[in-house]
Amino acid sequence: MNQTLLSLRALSKQFDGKSVLDSLDLDIYDGEFLTLLGPSGCGKTTLLRLMAGFEHPDKGSITLAGDDLTNTAPEHRPLNTVFQNYALFPHMSVFDNVAYGLKMEKRPKEEIRQRVDEALAMVQLEEYAGRKPHQLSGGQQQRVAIARAVVKRPKVLLLDEPLSALDYKLRRTMQVELKRLQRELGITFIFVTHDQEEALSMSDRVVVLKEGVIQQLGTPREVYERPANLFTARFVGETNFFPGRVDGADGEDTISVNVLGLKRSFRKPDFQVAEGQELHVLLRPEDIRVLAPESTDGVPGKVVERNYKGSTLDSVIHLEDGTEVLASEFFDEDDPAFDYRLGEPVRVSWVDGWEWLLPQENGLAQGAIADA
Amino acid sequence: MHNLMQQPFRTAVLVLVWGWLLFLVLAPNLLVVGASVMTRSPGTFISLPLTLDAYRQLFDPLYLEVFLHSLYMAAMTTMVCLLIGYPFAWSLSKMGKQRQVLLVFLLIVPFWTNSLVRTYALKLILATNGLLNSALMSLGWIDEPIQMLYTEGAVIVGLVYLLLPFMILPLYSVFEDLREDLLRASHDLGAGRWSTFIHVIVPLTLPGVLAGVMLVLLPAMGLFFVPDILGGSRNLLVGNVIKNQFLDARNWPFGAAASIVLTLAMAFLMFAHRLSKRRIGEHGV
Repeated sequence: MNQTLLSLRALSKQFDGKSVLDSLDLDIYDGEFLTLLGPSGCGKTTLLRLMAGFEHPDKGSITLAGDDLTNTAPEHRPLNTVFQNYALFPHMSVFDNVAYGLKMEKRPKEEIRQRVDEALAMVQLEEYAGRKPHQLSGGQQQRVAIARAVVKRPKVLLLDEPLSALDYKLRRTMQVELKRLQRELGITFIFVTHDQEEALSMSDRVVVLKEGVIQQLGTPREVYERPANLFTARFVGETNFFPGRVDGADGEDTISVNVLGLKRSFRKPDFQVAEGQELHVLLRPEDIRVLAPESTDGVPGKVVERNYKGSTLDSVIHLEDGTEVLASEFFDEDDPAFDYRLGEPVRVSWVDGWEWLLPQENGLAQGAIADA
Repeated sequence: MHNLMQQPFRTAVLVLVWGWLLFLVLAPNLLVVGASVMTRSPGTFISLPLTLDAYRQLFDPLYLEVFLHSLYMAAMTTMVCLLIGYPFAWSLSKMGKQRQVLLVFLLIVPFWTNSLVRTYALKLILATNGLLNSALMSLGWIDEPIQMLYTEGAVIVGLVYLLLPFMILPLYSVFEDLREDLLRASHDLGAGRWSTFIHVIVPLTLPGVLAGVMLVLLPAMGLFFVPDILGGSRNLLVGNVIKNQFLDARNWPFGAAASIVLTLAMAFLMFAHRLSKRRIGEHGV
């Protein structure tokens, strides 16, 4: 499956002298669901537009299955786009919107009718063929936009924050539906979003972008559990950062780290560490365990906030040195002492082996990472 | 009544608006309709009995010819305005915001000068010994002055000059509203520039085209002073006929009937404009 379909090489783009993309390389596999994730202004939409052909790169090349597309006009690229605000033609019926691309290919009338009917059936909108876009709800317009883009059987479907205008519940439904469509059609989906939850739940691979540079490329699990840097760790999900100091190697693959006044043994990270080096110990809220004050493990603290979330109980705990810890625990119905009151003293620990280490990212330390 | 006393401002505004509509819109129009179905009278202008003679007279071959010629000149004016205005408005909408503001301002500046004065200025340019002929002769492009004044062309030039902004402004407004992503979507789906123009841009700017036509075609038939100054005796507009009937021939019923026909034509165009807007899901005039 991992056959490269779309290949981006050294893509650079500036707007008004400001660099939006900086020499970006990316290989996109045939049939995968790839998400471009990043905050607004990170270059993800520009990247999508370069692929669609609405913008021309200052430098670099785009090849699709060996064909150089860099100088090909958008109308001649075998890619189609689902636009952020759907961009349905307001003067055409749903049928005519979906048929537009096929009419441009000068397909026979009968074939057009059949393929449009199929596409509308796929998004469950057969009965709406005669309506105008403004007579449809947001979710329905979204489906028409998808049908219009896939009816041409593109090699790649580009989706520019297609769900951002929908309410939460509809968005969840559409996420599942998009995933189903992608499986059924076997088309490569390139999906742009700033919503990390959406990115994690839908993608085969996630590209985390910041200021036009790829921060990390990996499966949702890799991105979440093994963030490449502090930006990714902060942007994807909630994280506790604790300062740690390396005490030295204590085994073949482990190092001893002093964190929150505890001496712990951690797996050796994939960057070089030296004795006495400061680093970040990352723990997701769900890695944290809140223990009774009598416990001998962990660090003492005080519960300052608790949020009941239905399936989990989220709490904020202040440690004695002032560090704030976010914890998210699943309910254990067999444990009557699970719930705590505000101000209650507790001890904070975590599941061994679930921590993730990142180097310090300021000034000189940065160079050391690059060498590693 | 109790309610009215409580909201004196609201009442005053309502009285003003309704009073305005009643006395300055409805009443004069009813008077025109009334006059059009009465009999011509030398002393009192109009008198009983009621008759449709004035409307019958409109179909007199002589007047029919004037009407058709007038319609032709107005249609030519509209066409020229559209041919200049459409690309003008399009490129205007693509310029930087500051330049747009400047150009729209320049478009409006001529309104500060009376249009009669501006028409006389045009006469100075088009005259036999006028600026244009002198310029062409000194460039050596022509040997003797061309007859430009008192032609059909001069009337059309005058009408275009006066009415072009009325074509550009509504077009500019629809081009401003034309969403870039719709054009992108069209290209994305395989349409080239020409197909996109025909299938997306034209239908979406049609309300602006019709609004512009509405604002140019009918006034173009009514601006009687343009033929008076630039057109000579043979290039009359319906406006000239109406003016002559009221001021010179003293045939008020006929003048009134002619002006009602113009009003009905206007109403028809407004109806068409409304339909075109509803087609793309907008609700407006």
